[in-house]
Amino acid sequence: MSRHHPPSTINCLRYVLIALGLLWFGLDGHAAKIGEMSDTTVLEQAGRFFTFQDPAVRYALLGSMLLGICCGVMGSFIVVRKLALVGDALSHAVLPGVALGFLWNTSKDPVAIFIGATIAGLIGTAAVGAIKHTTKLKEDAALGLVLAAFFSVGICMVTMIQRLPTGNKSGVDKFLFGQAAALGANDVKLMAIITVVTLLVIGLFYKQFLVTSFDAGFARVTGVPVQVMHYTLMLMLAFAVVIALQAVGVVLVSAMLITPAAAAYLLTDRLHRMLILAAIFGMASGAAGAFMSFLGPSLPTGPFMVLGGSAVFGAAFLFAPQHGVIMRWWRRRSRSLRVQRENTLKSIYHVLEARDFKPEGVTAKELAEKRRETLEDILGQLRELRRHDLATLQDDEQTVFLTPDGWQRACAIVRNHRLWELYLTNAAQVAADHVHEDAEKIEHVLGEDVVRQLEKRLNYATHDPHGKLIPGEADMLRGSAPSERITDAVGYGKRT
Amino acid sequence: MSANISTTTSGEAAPLEIHDLTVAYQKKPVLWGVDVTVPKGNLVGIVGPNGAGKSTLIKAAMGLLPVSSGWVKVFGTPLKENFRRVGYVPQRESVDWDFPVNVMDLVLMGRYGHLGVFQRPTKRDREIAKECLDKVKMLPYANRQIANLSGGQQQRVFLARALAQEADLYFMDEPFAGVDAATEAAIIELLHELKSKGKTLLVVHHDLPTARNYFDMLLLLNMRVVAFGPTEEVFTYELLQKTYGGRLTILSEVAEAVRTKT
Repeated sequence: MSRHHPPSTINCLRYVLIALGLLWFGLDGHAAKIGEMSDTTVLEQAGRFFTFQDPAVRYALLGSMLLGICCGVMGSFIVVRKLALVGDALSHAVLPGVALGFLWNTSKDPVAIFIGATIAGLIGTAAVGAIKHTTKLKEDAALGLVLAAFFSVGICMVTMIQRLPTGNKSGVDKFLFGQAAALGANDVKLMAIITVVTLLVIGLFYKQFLVTSFDAGFARVTGVPVQVMHYTLMLMLAFAVVIALQAVGVVLVSAMLITPAAAAYLLTDRLHRMLILAAIFGMASGAAGAFMSFLGPSLPTGPFMVLGGSAVFGAAFLFAPQHGVIMRWWRRRSRSLRVQRENTLKSIYHVLEARDFKPEGVTAKELAEKRRETLEDILGQLRELRRHDLATLQDDEQTVFLTPDGWQRACAIVRNHRLWELYLTNAAQVAADHVHEDAEKIEHVLGEDVVRQLEKRLNYATHDPHGKLIPGEADMLRGSAPSERITDAVGYGKRT
Repeated sequence: MSANISTTTSGEAAPLEIHDLTVAYQKKPVLWGVDVTVPKGNLVGIVGPNGAGKSTLIKAAMGLLPVSSGWVKVFGTPLKENFRRVGYVPQRESVDWDFPVNVMDLVLMGRYGHLGVFQRPTKRDREIAKECLDKVKMLPYANRQIANLSGGQQQRVFLARALAQEADLYFMDEPFAGVDAATEAAIIELLHELKSKGKTLLVVHHDLPTARNYFDMLLLLNMRVVAFGPTEEVFTYELLQKTYGGRLTILSEVAEAVRTKT
């Protein structure tokens, strides 16, 4: 996940530091609704959390999970539509609205704050559009500009509120870094309503959102009101940001949008599964953040939620079945092991061929000479063959006999190699002494259907460019080396 | 060939009628007063130099771009009332191929126009999507993530989606761009098949030499319509020179194309 921050992010960080300083002076006790917990131990707090007796615990947990669902779903859309930065700008632009919503009746009324924040967010988004369309500035600069301007206005207003007589107990400061513990019954009710509405709208208009996100032009031709869908999505994104504000904080809301969605994106190739996964990850991160912030006195919730989400993303990055680092490494490793086995089989075939396939067993010493490797290495490779039932070892592991499977595989590899050499010299006019290196790689990847086509194109040729016989199906089916070399008519090298 | 370019035989309005269409980007016109009436059952190639407004023309015709003046009618009515009869193959680069959908999901999008607002694709829609995938020989890839397709395969899937629209008028934006020879042959065969079923197709095309063989009618475009008519009448040295005017490298290509005509 790479998010390109516009240069103004640095400005934004500066504002954050200033805000931190201001808050330090503005706040005496962090103690929110859940009371003084400085004398309780971590274990007691954990116990208190998991018994769910305390309504504050229930609100905090429920609220965090709801916002996780909402942010996960909406975040998925902005990730696949490459609007991650819009989410970032939107979340910062809502802060003045939060302050205004508070000033409306100088109390922390969730509905007033919700309305104020949504309006501020939408104005911010509109401002980005206006700057983009009327100046030559591009979207990234416009986003950075609006984000910083709105955020700094918001910081000033929050600081002012802190100085008001009622401001100290307002909890408005919690909107910066988030405090799930500050959630009340009314907050959670609003969050539940928004989450239900979001899921309903997405569910009902899923196909319209899907086609608009993937291919807006095509969507319009099929009669989808693309603009309406876009603005609906933006409005719901603003809703998700606003309900997450109090618990996550302005600074980190965009991470709650992007992180669970990014993890889900790595894990699946279908949008509906991505939405479900992102919702689950968001919910889990929310719950984890709520729990962690309960353990210590007044720990901010937002960072813990985002850490939870980042842990999920890290796990997806490492362990995802398709795109994960570990699975990719594993696939590469098993491929290179297979190539090595096939090369050993090929060498055994070459040794057998050089002495007209008699006697059947090949000694490790012969192979070591042939491959110019140490006896030790060869023995290791032979045991690897035995482990895959491709060969049996006799004479104290010094002589190797191919099983029918091993013989068939050896024939196939030699056939692939020689067919490809022939194809390159015949069809692609590559000089005969240039084709070996290429065939060394291709022999391991040719599928049977490609081999059929090659054989047909080469008129079922029997000899490679160096005059060696190309093993055919009859040889493979024989299950072991022929008792003697039969050059024409039947057996060795015969084409079908 | 001009015999089958008879206009409305059944009394139905022409599939596409563009009247005095002007399109401007930030007040700078890119298309001037385009007047075109495309008769039914024709495979029309839109040909012109880079920046001639080929893509702009079909996008404006489908209402994807704001127009400065003029109007477009599809089967005698504005497109909005008739969008189910219009199919679209956008440029392949216009979408993000890492988007989390598989081939089947993408082709099913072609059915959305036929579904109610809240309706999900039905079993029958899936059947149709499968048939369309089969027509472009992509059925074995139905469950493949679209990121794992080659350029030619992506184009085939886009075509299958357009087929699933079961439209009567098709707009295709450079369907031959960056595809392998086998796909190009398969696409042109499919276009002819659609034409023989009475469909009307407008295809933006880049390659002048093949344009002559592929299309019944050509629309020579360079910010305005230079010529529109049956290929053998329009594909002349004079008209092509007028279309590509002044561009020497193109001119030699034109000369070559005309020379090999006989």
